[in-house]
Amino acid sequence: MAEISEVRRELALDCFLLAGKVMMESGAETYRVEDTMIRMAVSQNMMDSHCFVTPAGIMFSPSNDLPTRFVRIHGRRTDLERVARVNAVSRRLVAGQLTLQQAYEEMTEIEKNHYLFPLWLQVLAAAVASACFLILMGGGWADIPFAFLIGGIGFYIVEMVLVKTRVKFFAEFIGAVAIGTLAVLVVYSGFGNDPDTIIIGSVMPLVPGLLITNAVRDMMAGHFVSGLSMGAEAFLTAFAIGAGIAIVLSF
Amino acid sequence: MNWPLEAFLSFLAAGAFGIIFNIPKKTLISCGLVGMSGWLFYRSYFLMFDDPIQATFAGAFIVAIVAHILAKIFKMPMIIFSVAGIIPLVPGSRAYNAMRNIVENDYMEAVDFAVQALMISGAIAMGLVFAEVLMQLYFKYQARRTQKKMGFTQE
Repeated sequence: MAEISEVRRELALDCFLLAGKVMMESGAETYRVEDTMIRMAVSQNMMDSHCFVTPAGIMFSPSNDLPTRFVRIHGRRTDLERVARVNAVSRRLVAGQLTLQQAYEEMTEIEKNHYLFPLWLQVLAAAVASACFLILMGGGWADIPFAFLIGGIGFYIVEMVLVKTRVKFFAEFIGAVAIGTLAVLVVYSGFGNDPDTIIIGSVMPLVPGLLITNAVRDMMAGHFVSGLSMGAEAFLTAFAIGAGIAIVLSF
Repeated sequence: MNWPLEAFLSFLAAGAFGIIFNIPKKTLISCGLVGMSGWLFYRSYFLMFDDPIQATFAGAFIVAIVAHILAKIFKMPMIIFSVAGIIPLVPGSRAYNAMRNIVENDYMEAVDFAVQALMISGAIAMGLVFAEVLMQLYFKYQARRTQKKMGFTQE
């Protein structure tokens, strides 16, 4: 450790924590965040560093006798492009193609930006996915326009409620209630044929696929704290969707 | 069953899910291919052996294997490719039927569907695990072989 100066060490720590924070906020797996941070640390001659990542915060200790740093992770928003970009920067840093200063600058650049697709495109994608799933799940061709519209509307409602309230389960619940109501209305008014397949298709964009995948991969890597908490989040999300549909069906 | 139609629809659905998850633009097509291969494998296994749980396991396994290979090619994290491919295998209709039967007070039927949904979720997880372990073993073997070729062995 002696050969690393104070300033450089602080910069390195800032860089690692920033990388971990951006990855965790954008929906990376916990074990990948730890792996990336440790690799970057080793490339900067911090051989005995330790790192502990949970979905709520990151702790990083550069060595036994230096102070440990901590960052809190607040909101999470799925943006896998940011994960890919941070991953690319860390690869180049480890390979020696970037200096620490350059890597830090690129990380701050990534942190400031969002690489989200525009909302209308996401709503359109949700609508297309709903229509595709309607057919894949065995629905009739006549129901396609309804699944398309209801899937898009449901996804839009979830996004809007999420922006307003910041409570994910509530947003999913409201979205599911809206989808169920619309599907039942369409069928009662005589346009649609089968409410079941319309609902199943339209609900698909709300399914917590990323959480399920991440929970499984984290559990596998031995990160039970984050694996279980992500699994619980996935279960609660699924439960919120189910409850929303159940309320509509019970009338 | 209409193969080209199902292939096209699952490709489109997986690509659309890629947009919902904001994956990088240049990976959208390969993401759709992952979803397509997983769904086609799942469907053909299901039609051959008529067991949704085994079929889901096979589908998830294929999704994870293809995603690992693409992750190596693109040098990007593996989840980018696997998330969208997993979605079609999620037991949406069984979970929905379980919920509907609970609402209709038909608990025996509901438990039947719920247990199936649970087993299928477990099959997805096991498919991911098996593919992961297999790929790790393979990559380790490959790394050791290149090391030996370059003369870096410890012995």
